[in-house]
Amino acid sequence: METGKHKHDCKEVFALLSEYLDAELDAERCDEIRKHLDDCPPCIEFLESLKRTVSLCHGCQTAEQPPPLNPEVREKLMAAYRKSMQNRARQGL
Amino acid sequence: MATDKRQEIQLARDLIEGKPEAFDRFVEVFRSKVFQYALMMCGHREDAEEVAQDTLFKVFENFDQLRDPERVRPWVFRIARNACYMKRRKSVFAPTQELSLEDFLPHSEGDGSRKLEIADWSALPDDQVLRAELRDVIHQAIQELPEMYRAAIMLRDVEELTTEETAQVLDVSQEVVKTRLHRARLAVRAKLDEYLRRRQSGVAKG
Repeated sequence: METGKHKHDCKEVFALLSEYLDAELDAERCDEIRKHLDDCPPCIEFLESLKRTVSLCHGCQTAEQPPPLNPEVREKLMAAYRKSMQNRARQGL
Repeated sequence: MATDKRQEIQLARDLIEGKPEAFDRFVEVFRSKVFQYALMMCGHREDAEEVAQDTLFKVFENFDQLRDPERVRPWVFRIARNACYMKRRKSVFAPTQELSLEDFLPHSEGDGSRKLEIADWSALPDDQVLRAELRDVIHQAIQELPEMYRAAIMLRDVEELTTEETAQVLDVSQEVVKTRLHRARLAVRAKLDEYLRRRQSGVAKG
C-alpha cells in the first residue's frame, strides 16, 4: 500500500489479514503483523474495514423465508426421525 | 449467534435423547437456515425450497448417525451442500474463475503519500436504513462471487462455522478454506467500499 520501505511488508500483511482477524496465525506471525500495523496507518485502516465487513456478514441472512411447512411433509420428516431413532435403539446407543 | 448455536445443539441433544417435542423447533430453525443458504448458493427460490426439504429428510433419515450434538450445524450443512450440488445450474455454478489478491490491493496516491483510496468506514452511521442497504449490498456481492468463494464466506462468516467445520463441509483442507475466505471477504469489502464511496460522495454533494 505504501511506497518505499514498507511496500513489500504491506503486501505480505494484506495476504494474511483474515487469518490475523480470525486469530489463526502462530504467535510469531501475529507479532510481525502487529509490529507492521503499529507503523502503518493505511494497513490499520484497511484492516478495520475488513473487520467491519466480517461483522456485517455475521448472521446476514436474506429476508426471504421458506413457505409454511406442508403437514404431509412434516409427517414424512417425523416418520424418518422415528425410524432412525428405532435404528439407534437397535444399535444400543 | 452464540445463543442460536447453543439452542441448535440443545435441540439436537433432545432429539437424540428421544424427546419429540424438540422436533418442530428443530425443523423450523434448520429449514429456515438451509433455505437461506441454498437461496444464496443456488440462486433460485424453487431450488432452495427443495434443497431445504431434501436436506431435512436426509437429516432425519440419518439422525442415528449424528453422534455428537455439538456438530449438528456442520453436519446439517454438509448434507445441504450436497443437496445444492444436486441442483447445480450452469448459470450459478459456472466454471470457477479464480480471484487474485492483487485485484483487491488498495492503491496509494500517486505521490507516494499514505492516503488510501478507500471510503471513510469510520463515518459509517449505525442507522437501520443503512444497515438494510448494506445487507443488500452484501447479499449481492456474495451472490456475484464464484461458487467456491461464495460457499466459503456463507459457511464461515454468515453461518459462523469454524474453519475446521467449513473444511469438513466442503471437503477441502483448512488452508484452502482460509485462502478462499480471504479472497471472498476482500471481494465483499470492495463492493461495500464502492457503495460507501458512492454514498459519501452523494451526501457531500447534497
